[in-house]
Amino acid sequence: MMVALQSGGMRPLAMLPEILLFAGGLACLLGGSFTPRERQWRLRVVAAAALAASVIAALVGAGTGAAFEGGFAIDVGTTTARVVAAGATLLVLGLAGDEIAGAGRESETYALLLFATTGTLVLAGAHDLLVLAVGFLLASIPLYALVGLAGSAHAAEAALKTYLLGALFGILLLLGVTLLYGLAGTTAYPALAASLGAAPGPAVVVGVMAVIAGLMFKAGGVPAHFWVPDAAQGASGTVAAFVTTVPKVGALVAVFRLVVALPHGGGWEVLVGALAVLSMSVANLAAFGQDDPRRLLGWSTVSQVGYLLVPVAAAGRSDLALPALLLYLAGYALTNVAAFAVTTALPDARTLGDFAGLVRARPLLALALVVALLGLVGTPPTVVFVGKLLAATSAWDAGMAWLTALLLLNSLVSLFYYLRWIAPALLRDGRESALGAPRTWSTGVAIGASALSLLAGVLAGVLWHLVAGPLLG
Amino acid sequence: MLSVTVFFPLVAALVLAIPRLGDTVARWWWVAASLVEVILVVRLWSGYRTPAPGGLAYEQRVAWMPGVNSSYHVGLDGLSLPLVAMTSVVFLACSVYALRDADRPRSRAALFLGLETVCLGVFAAADLLVFFVFFDLSIVGMYFVIAGWGHGERQRSALRFFLYTFLGSLALLAGFIGLYLAASPHTFDIVALVKQNPLAGHGTLGAVVLGAILLGLAVKTPTVPFHTWLPPAHTDAPTIGSAVLAGVLLKLGAYGFVRIAMPMLPSAWRAWAWVVIVVGIVSVLVGALVALAQGNLKRMIAYTSVNHMGYVVLAVGAAGVLASNTAQARAVAVSGAVTQMVSHGLITAALFLLAGLFLERTGSYEISEYGGLATRAPRTTALFAVAAFASLGLPGLSGFIAEFQIFTGGIGAAPVTAIALLGILVISAALLWTLQRLFTGELRGRARAFTDVRAHEGIAIGLLLVLSLGIGVAPRPVLDVIEPAAHAVIGLVDR
Repeated sequence: MMVALQSGGMRPLAMLPEILLFAGGLACLLGGSFTPRERQWRLRVVAAAALAASVIAALVGAGTGAAFEGGFAIDVGTTTARVVAAGATLLVLGLAGDEIAGAGRESETYALLLFATTGTLVLAGAHDLLVLAVGFLLASIPLYALVGLAGSAHAAEAALKTYLLGALFGILLLLGVTLLYGLAGTTAYPALAASLGAAPGPAVVVGVMAVIAGLMFKAGGVPAHFWVPDAAQGASGTVAAFVTTVPKVGALVAVFRLVVALPHGGGWEVLVGALAVLSMSVANLAAFGQDDPRRLLGWSTVSQVGYLLVPVAAAGRSDLALPALLLYLAGYALTNVAAFAVTTALPDARTLGDFAGLVRARPLLALALVVALLGLVGTPPTVVFVGKLLAATSAWDAGMAWLTALLLLNSLVSLFYYLRWIAPALLRDGRESALGAPRTWSTGVAIGASALSLLAGVLAGVLWHLVAGPLLG
Repeated sequence: MLSVTVFFPLVAALVLAIPRLGDTVARWWWVAASLVEVILVVRLWSGYRTPAPGGLAYEQRVAWMPGVNSSYHVGLDGLSLPLVAMTSVVFLACSVYALRDADRPRSRAALFLGLETVCLGVFAAADLLVFFVFFDLSIVGMYFVIAGWGHGERQRSALRFFLYTFLGSLALLAGFIGLYLAASPHTFDIVALVKQNPLAGHGTLGAVVLGAILLGLAVKTPTVPFHTWLPPAHTDAPTIGSAVLAGVLLKLGAYGFVRIAMPMLPSAWRAWAWVVIVVGIVSVLVGALVALAQGNLKRMIAYTSVNHMGYVVLAVGAAGVLASNTAQARAVAVSGAVTQMVSHGLITAALFLLAGLFLERTGSYEISEYGGLATRAPRTTALFAVAAFASLGLPGLSGFIAEFQIFTGGIGAAPVTAIALLGILVISAALLWTLQRLFTGELRGRARAFTDVRAHEGIAIGLLLVLSLGIGVAPRPVLDVIEPAAHAVIGLVDR
C-alpha cells in the first residue's frame, strides 16, 4: 500500500488520520452532553471507532509525501507514530472501560484523549518549526485537564505541576522557535540546515536547546520530567497510562526530525546523548526507593525516554537509528500500557507489597506483570529487547560507544527496582485480600498487550519491514 | 529435526497449562517428556556425521531480522552435541528425582521444561542474537526457580544471582554488538563471523570486545573473581534447581569460550591467553581451598564447581598459547575442556541431588551434624562415594578422562598450568574428608533420622553416575565426536 504521494499543496486528505481523531473527539464532547451517564459507554465506542479508523487511514495512506505546503511530513515516521499512538490510545480506552465507566467526566475524558492524540500526531509529523509549536500546544492543553480530572488532592497537585512545567517549557519552545526563525529566516525543515549553517553558532545552540527542552516536557525526559511521577501517581490509571505513553511518541519523533534537519557537525548528538544519559540515570536512581507501583512506573517511563533518546542521538549518523527509534517506540507503548493495566486491574493494590501472592490468586495476571516488567528491562524475546538492541547498536555505529555502554549499564540498574515489584508478586503466600477481584477489561488489556509484546519480539522481522524507510528529506 | 528437539520441551510445558491436569499427572508428564527428549537426542547423536570444519550438522536457518542480518540459525557440531546430550540427561534425572516432590509440581514441571528448551537453544544457536536470547532467558528461568522453589534467603540469593548474571549477559551483548559492527557486511551469524574473523588487525578494539565477552562468560561460568553469586544461589536453590544450575547453566558460559570467543577473536585470544590461564589457575586453587573450608555440604559442592570450571578455563587459555609444534597438545586441551563440561555436568548434578537428600530428610546441610551414615544408609553412601571419586578424577570415571586431557594438553602448551595440579590434590582432600565425616564413624546427630535413598532418587542419581562411568571406561564414542571439533577450534585460533 505504499503510495507515492505528491508534495506541495494543502492536500488536507493526507491528514485524514488526524482529522478522524479530532472529529471523534468533537463527537465525544458534544455527544457527552446528550447522553445519560449510564449510557456514556456509547461514546467509548465512538472514540474506539475513531481510533481504529485512524489506524486504518494511516496504513492506507502510508507512503512518502507532505501536506500543508511541506509543513507536515508523511513518511515512515509519521505512519508509525500514527499507528502506535492511536493503537496505544485504543488500549488505554480498554482501561477506561473499568476505571472511569459511569464516572462523572467520562465523555470529556475520551474527548481529551483524542485531542491529545491528535496533537501528538501533529508533533510527530511537524516538518516546520511553526507546525511544531502548534502541535506542542495542541498536545499539551488536553494533558493538563486530563491529569486533573481525577479530582483528588494528588491529582490537583499533579495537574498544577504539569501545568506550570508545561507553561514554562512551552515558552522555552516558542522562544527557541522564534530565535531559530530569526537566525535562519525560515521555519521549514528542508531549508534549516543550509541557512542555520551560516548563522552564529552559539545562538543556534541556544535556540536548538530551547526547542529540544520544550519537547522534553512532552516526552517526559530530563530536564522537564518532574511532572511525570506525580501525574502517574495522582491521575487515574487510564490517564497515567496515556500521558506516560502517547505524548512520547510524537515528541521523540519530533526531536528526531529536528536533529536530522539541523546542520551537520553541530555536536547535537552530544547534547541529545547527554539528555539520554541524564534521563535514564536520574530516573533509575529515583525509582529505587518508590513503593507506589504507579509512581515507580512513572520514573521507569522517564528512564525509558533516556533509552529512546539514544537512537535520536545517532540520528543521521547510523542507518539503524530510525528503525531503532520506531521499533522501540512501538514496543515501549505496548509494554508500558501492559504494566499500567496491571495496576488498574488491581486498583486496591497501591504498594508493591500489596501484590504479594498475586501468582497464586491470578497466575495469568502475574505472568503478564512479569512479562511487562522484564520487557521494560529489555529481556528477550520481548519487542523492547529488539528496540533496545537496535538502539544500543545504532549508538555504537554512530561512534558513541560510551552511550551504548551507559545504556546497558542503566538497564542493569533498572532491573533492581523492577524486581522489587516482581518478587512480592511471586510470593507463594500473601495477603490476597489486599488484591481484591481484578477488573475484567484491564486484566484483558494487561494479558493481551504483554502477549503481543512477546509475539512482536519473535516476529521482529515483520515489524522491521514496516518501520524501514527514509524520512521525508 | 534439531528445532523439534530444542522446542519439544517447551511444547510439553505448554500442555501443562491445561487447567484440570492433576499434580500426579504433571509429574509423570514431566518424566515422560524428558524421556522423549532424551530419545530425540539419541536419534540426533546416532545420525550425526562430523561436518566439515566451520560447518554444522542439522543446520536450519530462517530469517528473523533481515535488517541486521540476524536469523534463527541452529546447528550442531562436536562442541555442542555432547553438551546437548548431557543437558537432556540432567533434566531427565531431575524429573525422576522430583517424582515424589509435592511442591506445586505443575508449574515446576512447566518451568523446568521451558528451561530445558532454553539451555538446548544456547548450545544449538548459530546466531549471536539467538544465542543471547536463550542465554538471557536461562537467567530469567533460573531466577524463578530459585525465587519460587528455593528455601532460606531465597529472594535475596535469587536477586543476587539475577543481577550478577544479568551484568554478565549485558557485557556479552556489548561484545556481540562490537562484533556485529566490526563485520563487513554487518552480521550476527556465528558461522559467518567465524569465517570473517572481523577484528583481525584491530588490536585495541579486539581487546575491548574480547574483554566484554570474557566478562560476560566469566560471570556465568563462573571464574574467580566473579564467582561470589554461586554459593548463595546454590545454597538457597531447590535441589533440582542446583543440579540444573551447576550441571547445565554453568556450561553455557564455558561453552561460549569455545563457540564464540576463541574462533571469532583469535588474535585477541592469543594476546590475552595468559590472563585466561591465570584466571583458570586461580579459580582452580581458590575453589579447591574454599571447598576444603566449608562446613555446609551444598556450599562445598558449589565450590568444587568453581574448581572444576577452573580446569575448563585453564584449558581454553592454554589453547591460545601459540608455540611451535603444540597444535596437537592444544587440541587435546580443548577436547579435555569439552569433556570436562560434560563430565562435570553429570557428576555435579549427581552430587547436588545427593546433597538434596540431606535437607529433605533431616533439614540441614551442615556436615558436622551428621556422622556414621554408612551403617544407616548404605545406598546413599555408595552413590556418594562414587560421585565423590568421579569428582576428584579417579581413573575409570569421566572426570579422569577430562582432567587427564586438560593437563596433558595444558602442560604441553603452557607448563605453568602444572600449578593447577595442586588443585586436584586439595579438592580430593576436601571430598574425601567430607565423605569421611558424613559416612564413617559412629552414627550420630541428624544421621539417626536419615532414611536411605528411595527407588526414584536412586534411579536419578544412578543414571548420571552410570553415564560418568561409561565415559570413563569407554570414552571413544564421545571423544570421536569432540576431537575433530577441537582440532577445528585450534585451527581457527591459529589464524
